[in-house]
Amino acid sequence: MSEKVILAGLGGQGMMLLGRLIAQAVMLEGKNVTFFPSYGTEVRGGTAYYHLTVSDEEIFSPVIEEADALIMMNFPSYLKFKDLLKPNSMLFVNSSMIDKIDNEKNIDVFRIPATKIANDIGNVVASNMVMLGAYNQVKNLVSIPIFLSCLKNVLKGRKEPFFEVNKLAIERGADFIKNF
Amino acid sequence: MTSTDENKKYLLTGNEACAEAAIQAGCRFYYGYPITPQNEILTHMAIRMPQVGGTSIQVESELAAINMVHGSAAAGARTMTSSSSPGISLKQEGISYLAGSELPCVIVNIQRGGPGLGDISPSQADYFQAVKGGGHGDYHTIVLAPSSVQETADLVYDAFDLADRYRNPVMILGDAQLGQMMESVVFNKKCEPDSFKKEWALTGATGRKRNIIKSFYPVQGELEEFNAKLQEKYSLIKSKEVRYEEINTEDADIVVVAYGTCARICKEILMKNKIPNIKIGLLRPITLWPYPSQVIQEIAGKVQAILTVEMSAGQMVEDVRLSVSGRCPVYFYGRTGGGIPSPKDIIRKIIEIIPVKEKATCAT
Repeated sequence: MSEKVILAGLGGQGMMLLGRLIAQAVMLEGKNVTFFPSYGTEVRGGTAYYHLTVSDEEIFSPVIEEADALIMMNFPSYLKFKDLLKPNSMLFVNSSMIDKIDNEKNIDVFRIPATKIANDIGNVVASNMVMLGAYNQVKNLVSIPIFLSCLKNVLKGRKEPFFEVNKLAIERGADFIKNF
Repeated sequence: MTSTDENKKYLLTGNEACAEAAIQAGCRFYYGYPITPQNEILTHMAIRMPQVGGTSIQVESELAAINMVHGSAAAGARTMTSSSSPGISLKQEGISYLAGSELPCVIVNIQRGGPGLGDISPSQADYFQAVKGGGHGDYHTIVLAPSSVQETADLVYDAFDLADRYRNPVMILGDAQLGQMMESVVFNKKCEPDSFKKEWALTGATGRKRNIIKSFYPVQGELEEFNAKLQEKYSLIKSKEVRYEEINTEDADIVVVAYGTCARICKEILMKNKIPNIKIGLLRPITLWPYPSQVIQEIAGKVQAILTVEMSAGQMVEDVRLSVSGRCPVYFYGRTGGGIPSPKDIIRKIIEIIPVKEKATCAT
């Protein structure tokens, strides 16, 4: 088993947190994981991107050249990474912010209105968790209970009230795919 | 992170693992000046050192950092500083003094692109500086090059032991990718800093003769004598501390020599059998000084060619050529200024080399 995912979005859309939590959860399940974030001279409004590799075997290059899946939160991110999808891979887009998709490689495209769904349940910030719910419903990469326990560790103190909305967002993302 | 459990897996960046391993290894004095891409070392130390009764200072400059290391090392403590390429250049005078005073310490260089202020992307262009001296005078630092987050932690433990054993500065030579990426890591190496008796240290001369730590030998002949002693120590290190990883080098057509991040990328080509018709081996130096010349020399007698892959314009390849001494052709593939070699590019290079070599064999 091996999965190479690129997560990207506008700085602030929560891709760093999402990627790190997935990495932590799969690590706790005993899989090997490498999480390589972009860093440094990114600008406000720029693309923040993360390479996440999960495997039962040793992981070599942390840089993804051919992705099994992309989780894209906004249009500039999609444009930047669409060519890295390999044939028969999967594209998960936040359709609230990405409308135009060219599908030359005949890949599976999942259009999830993540921003809208998150907004509807009361917190637009949880759009990243909607994407996780959808992605995981298809790929079953991470155990959601373990993921939630990792999330709980992050949402401490004044952030604690946000746990429930995040949990709900994951469920709504999964539900969206079930009815896809 | 407030403490570490020896059986627990942590998801950490290479930088954080480096800092935590130093603490586990008994380092209690850390001095650093911020520079991307190694800032996580400084922040981790700032959080963790007070918890273990240690000292972490964000100092006013790189020069201050390296010279504070000098002071702590002279007093017999386990001490470390870290920086990235431009900052390490600033520390070179201090490193020469540390080597000249035979003071054990650990210096971490999470390399970024150069020359000058360069950029903040991964690079291996400080190889010459790290292994050929860097500062003035006939000296060497022991240079360890990890290629994963776990190995970064493991080598930091070893770095402190090596430093104390040989009374010599040890450098951890990483790069931005290694520093920034997150992987799982366990901290389970046993470390006994007190097993190294430091009778030479400046601990107050009550009840004993005074100790002197210096690198100044103005009397005619004294310095030459001291240099001879240093060279003797370096010979001993060369004979005992060479480390490398060797994969599929037996009956390989071509062996790739690469360290750190580049070695990981090359491993992908080997292990995933990306070129079925060509047998590829990998030699990954773990110590860059002392360099694994002997094993490269042996490999050179058995293969059609050696390819060196680096994130530089060609630095380690010179040591490979010296080791090979003309026994087989040595090729080079490198990227500079933050470019990371991709498996595809390396495969293309290998395919380019091997047919050429076959023709040459037919001709002779």
